[in-house]
Amino acid sequence: MSIFVDGRTRLLVQGITGREGAFHARQMLEYGTAVVAGVTPGKGGQKFEGRVPVFNTVADAVRQTGANCSVVYVPPMAAAGAIFEAVDAGLPLIVCITEGIPVMHMSRVMPFVRAHGARLIGPNCPGLITPGESKVGIIPGNICSPGRVGLVSRSGTLTYEVVNQLTRNGIGQSTCVGIGGDPIIGTDFIDCLRAFEEDPGTDAIVMIGEIGGTDEQRAAAFVKEQVTKPVVGFIAGQTAPKGRRMGHAGAIISGSSGTAEEKLAAFEQAGIDVMRRPADVVALLGQRLGALSKR
Amino acid sequence: MNLHEYQARALLKAAGIPMFDGDVASTPTEAESIARRLGGNVVIKAQVHAGGRGKAGGVKLAGNPGEALDHAANILGMRIKGLEVHKVLVVPAADIATESYVGLIMDRETQRPVFMVSSAGGVDIEEVAAQTPEKIVRLPVDPTYGLLPHQALTLAFALYRDFNQVKAAARIMEQLYTVFTGNGCSLAEINPLVTTPAGQVLALDAKIVIDDNELFWRPDLGLLRDDTAEEPSEAAARRANLSFIKLEGDVGCVVNGAGLAMATMDLVKYYGGEPANFLDIGGSSSPEKVINALKIITADSRVKAILFNIFGGITRTDDVANGIVAATRQFKVNVPIVIRLTGTNEVEAIRILEGVGMTALSDMDEAVQRVVKLARKAA
Repeated sequence: MSIFVDGRTRLLVQGITGREGAFHARQMLEYGTAVVAGVTPGKGGQKFEGRVPVFNTVADAVRQTGANCSVVYVPPMAAAGAIFEAVDAGLPLIVCITEGIPVMHMSRVMPFVRAHGARLIGPNCPGLITPGESKVGIIPGNICSPGRVGLVSRSGTLTYEVVNQLTRNGIGQSTCVGIGGDPIIGTDFIDCLRAFEEDPGTDAIVMIGEIGGTDEQRAAAFVKEQVTKPVVGFIAGQTAPKGRRMGHAGAIISGSSGTAEEKLAAFEQAGIDVMRRPADVVALLGQRLGALSKR
Repeated sequence: MNLHEYQARALLKAAGIPMFDGDVASTPTEAESIARRLGGNVVIKAQVHAGGRGKAGGVKLAGNPGEALDHAANILGMRIKGLEVHKVLVVPAADIATESYVGLIMDRETQRPVFMVSSAGGVDIEEVAAQTPEKIVRLPVDPTYGLLPHQALTLAFALYRDFNQVKAAARIMEQLYTVFTGNGCSLAEINPLVTTPAGQVLALDAKIVIDDNELFWRPDLGLLRDDTAEEPSEAAARRANLSFIKLEGDVGCVVNGAGLAMATMDLVKYYGGEPANFLDIGGSSSPEKVINALKIITADSRVKAILFNIFGGITRTDDVANGIVAATRQFKVNVPIVIRLTGTNEVEAIRILEGVGMTALSDMDEAVQRVVKLARKAA
């Protein structure tokens, strides 16, 4: 079991003929993801890698291939438009990898996504993977392994670091979700925590946050009230200075709000085990899962 | 990207928001002639991206053009929080009846532009928010419809009783919303919005922050960037497409990915070291990026050791290895380098490094411990 994507995911790639889109479409095909269509306006009728049909519009692609999920590799200035198009075509799940979308664009996208009952993951995220079943995005497949730990993170390579620790120590993952480092994102920690809590294939949850905003604090309150499964958490940016954007547009301490201390305190208060360094994930999960199996 | 006050004023003025006259000066004599034009009684304000200008002596009242000249001479060239003052704003010393706060921010929680207004203006609004949150009126705006007329009036009624002032303020709210959306702002603030004894409503001071993601397609906004107001190493990094922030420590860090870069800095601290910088070389690596990164880091004489922490995904670790080798051939790196790399093409990367007598570790903790020890030994 898993959340959001699995063996039934039929994926459409928006921007499949672009540099990033083509590279990652190949990687996803190699991993075994069912990539059923690509969309690049003006290139309809082509075949990607000799087998994936390319369409001019998302609506055409959905109608003809039954795609049920889209991943967006379109450049920043056209990315919001690509998300609008995917939502308009009725897709229930859209994953946007693109980094650098103006926040103003996202503030116009989100009401439309919500009004249509769709789920957007990202933008500025590595996507998600259900190991052994479906990889949607750019998370390297070889560092993941199937299992029963769910992982949700605001980061990319830091996620890989933690997943790699898990896999090397024999701890597999149900689904790994990168929710993205932008100030406005479609799916937050709480959405993923709720899905993992309801997923019978997930026994424990790893949550990797960072400085900026209040998403982690609200997620901690949610864990305290509604999550019964063990949660292990990490916050990046304890040494970050105030008022500076640390790479991710959303990773900025504004005034006195959004600090690592504030988030770690919220974690501790909610009974979330705090990782002091990424490598701690193995020991902490081991303890919590060990206690679980003894029950 | 932060704008200077005089730049923010220009954007508000272009949108039709009523303001006191005023102008920017780069020399004391310019300041003097502006002061003369404004009638002599003026305020001289340092234009730097730092809070607490007043406390640092960067804001002075002048009673006549001569005093304006003297104050400008003192303020120009002064350093406030490490930043040199190159320009001063000269505005009339206004006669003020009331001061309010009007701010518009892109809010993460509601995912919308949110107005915040308060009749307790002219002071630190964060303090008002913390001490007396009831004095701030918040109003989220649905960007699909924009600021609606009744919303603008609601905000204005929160500030004034006199209906003429309410109408004037409502118009300013609409104009500020236009500035915000038209320039891709993440913050647009009038603090204070004042009334004069004669009853006029005017913007006195303005602050604007532009979303960096807008700059790519809005070169007109990019022209507003003031390179001289930045740390030189950060300006150089930006031109090289590197995300870099200078810190105070002695362990230089080169990392791919913002989250991993932050976690690496944290781990340096965890093992008793102090990071010298935040640096994300980004996803798609190239040897040039690595060369530029090393140039920028080694230019800081405080750096005693350098750590590479690369988790190859899209980033190819052999590109990074080639960059390190090319950099050390181009210029002499006088401090020890510790390299941790794992992931895409790591076998090739290790072969490249070993070819020039370098080694690479695969474990992040081990690498950080080693670089901290080396930095301490050199200190």
